[in-house]
Amino acid sequence: MTDLTSLTLAEARDRLKSRAVSSLEISRAHLEAIERAKMLNAFVATTADKALEMAEASDVRLARGEGGPLEGLPIGVKDLYATRGVHTQACSHILDDFKPPYESTVTANLWRDGAVMLGKLNMDEFAMGSSNETSCYGPVASPWLPPNWSRDRARAALSSGKRGLLTPGGSSGGSASAVAARLCLAATASDTGGSIRQPAAFTGIVGIKPTYGRCSRYGMVAFASSLDQAGPLARTVRDAAIMLRSMAGPDAKDSTCSPAPVPDYEAAVGRSVKGMKIGVPKEYRLEGMNSEIEALWTRGAEWLRAAGASVVEVSLPHTPYALPAYYIVAPAEASSNLARYDGVRYGLREPAADIVELYEKTRAKGFGAEVRRRLMIGTYVLSAGYYDAYYVRAQKIRTLIKRDFERAFADGVDAILTPATPSAAFGIGEKGSENPVEMYLNDVFTVTVNMAGLPGLVAPAGLSSEGLPLGLQLIGRPFDEETLFALGETIEQSAGRTALPEPWWE
Amino acid sequence: MSVDLNAVRRIAHLARIEVTEAETPHLQSEINAILKFVEALDAVDVDGVEPMTSVIPMRLPMREDVVTDGGIAPLVLANAPVTEDGFFVVPKVIE
Repeated sequence: MTDLTSLTLAEARDRLKSRAVSSLEISRAHLEAIERAKMLNAFVATTADKALEMAEASDVRLARGEGGPLEGLPIGVKDLYATRGVHTQACSHILDDFKPPYESTVTANLWRDGAVMLGKLNMDEFAMGSSNETSCYGPVASPWLPPNWSRDRARAALSSGKRGLLTPGGSSGGSASAVAARLCLAATASDTGGSIRQPAAFTGIVGIKPTYGRCSRYGMVAFASSLDQAGPLARTVRDAAIMLRSMAGPDAKDSTCSPAPVPDYEAAVGRSVKGMKIGVPKEYRLEGMNSEIEALWTRGAEWLRAAGASVVEVSLPHTPYALPAYYIVAPAEASSNLARYDGVRYGLREPAADIVELYEKTRAKGFGAEVRRRLMIGTYVLSAGYYDAYYVRAQKIRTLIKRDFERAFADGVDAILTPATPSAAFGIGEKGSENPVEMYLNDVFTVTVNMAGLPGLVAPAGLSSEGLPLGLQLIGRPFDEETLFALGETIEQSAGRTALPEPWWE
Repeated sequence: MSVDLNAVRRIAHLARIEVTEAETPHLQSEINAILKFVEALDAVDVDGVEPMTSVIPMRLPMREDVVTDGGIAPLVLANAPVTEDGFFVVPKVIE
């Protein structure tokens, strides 16, 4: 049975279509894998009955030779997507017991295309974090063993707080861990500053944050509305392409969602990259950069050159300002978005004598430390007397960051190649306890892409000397995800598929 | 720029988040660490630069000015911690 969970999404699709296997079999195999992997803490809710019901319905359609592009394929859903009548909390106490009476557009699109829901996936609270440690459900363990750890040591750590085990990254840590551990064929994720791409890099899988507006944000719990985008995590570039095609598309319920039709992304996988011009931004070569990351980056450029692309140096001079500007814009938008959690309309409510006390007590109890901190920063930078100095200034810098990319693309660059993260995965409990900025630096290579609204894909590109996965990022022109899938496939083929860890956690 | 303890209390109140006296100094140092980090932005010349309003240029879609949804009060109230006779309940607001 474990065999069925090792299939790629594309392989599973083809076997379902040829009736070599049923959706019920494949869904059951995944539900059993989830049960055996409970200690990883990747899932915060499992919807076994719903999964089997959906799988049965898919089998009926498949038997009639019908069915959508994802018919019968079991997937996981990040806890920030509203799923009707099912646990949806963005892993925050403040949404305790919340069961939305509506469905997010992205998940509705997936069910329309036949996908089967296995359950909801752990994440940093309100997607604020880079290690999945801010979740009210506790941290998620990566399926990758820490260097030189035995299975026994890791298993012992799993049941005693997980300290020292590797984080799968964040905020989509549950999604990444579940996909890498073969608990689902693919998963939805979301990315505000790197929350799809950094976990993909840390766990040796593929993730894409599409262009801002490619996927509807309706029914996604909002963090920073001008930066948030939905996207998939999957084990291959092809699988990510298949998922994104179903997730994306116009939606009247989100006025920032693009009306442009969705291309057949899978058709771009395997397309030649010959003659493409790839930019390598010199500003990403940070002082004191990890030499392994630098070597990986060089190797990535060589692979693309060998496939017939040309590689040129480009300049994105405002890169160093992206992360500080992000830590003004994102908290500012969050402080506005999260004002809705008031203890009145849904979720947690702390009893109080008057309405202000009700708000203050409810929000103090319901939000975790990182969320409270960001809401306070956001409130401060939007407050009278500081708005121009912080918020408006950051939005001007955002214009400059986007202009840098526009210039590079206007010079004929088709895509930009960068490292995905400054290092391989770190340990649970290792970072950010003293100074929150230490954790924020994880997003240094990914955040520019959100600030400019561009698509960014991360593909696994090899292992560190300690045997941990490392990823490369490709950044594209707005709405040119197809080029990223073509280039991503080249990286994947050149690097060779990363062998994911054997299930030591079972 | 940096914030003092009084500013931390004021920000917390504006954000409608209760903070205890014990946690205020720690919050102050964390907020100041972030403010120090964003000081780097002061080095950028932003004269004549338009602040970003829409990251991808697109026309705001228009639709008929008609009711498209509604009549679902029970669903709206379904997740409320306290309701009465089809209303949300809050502590007395007007004396």
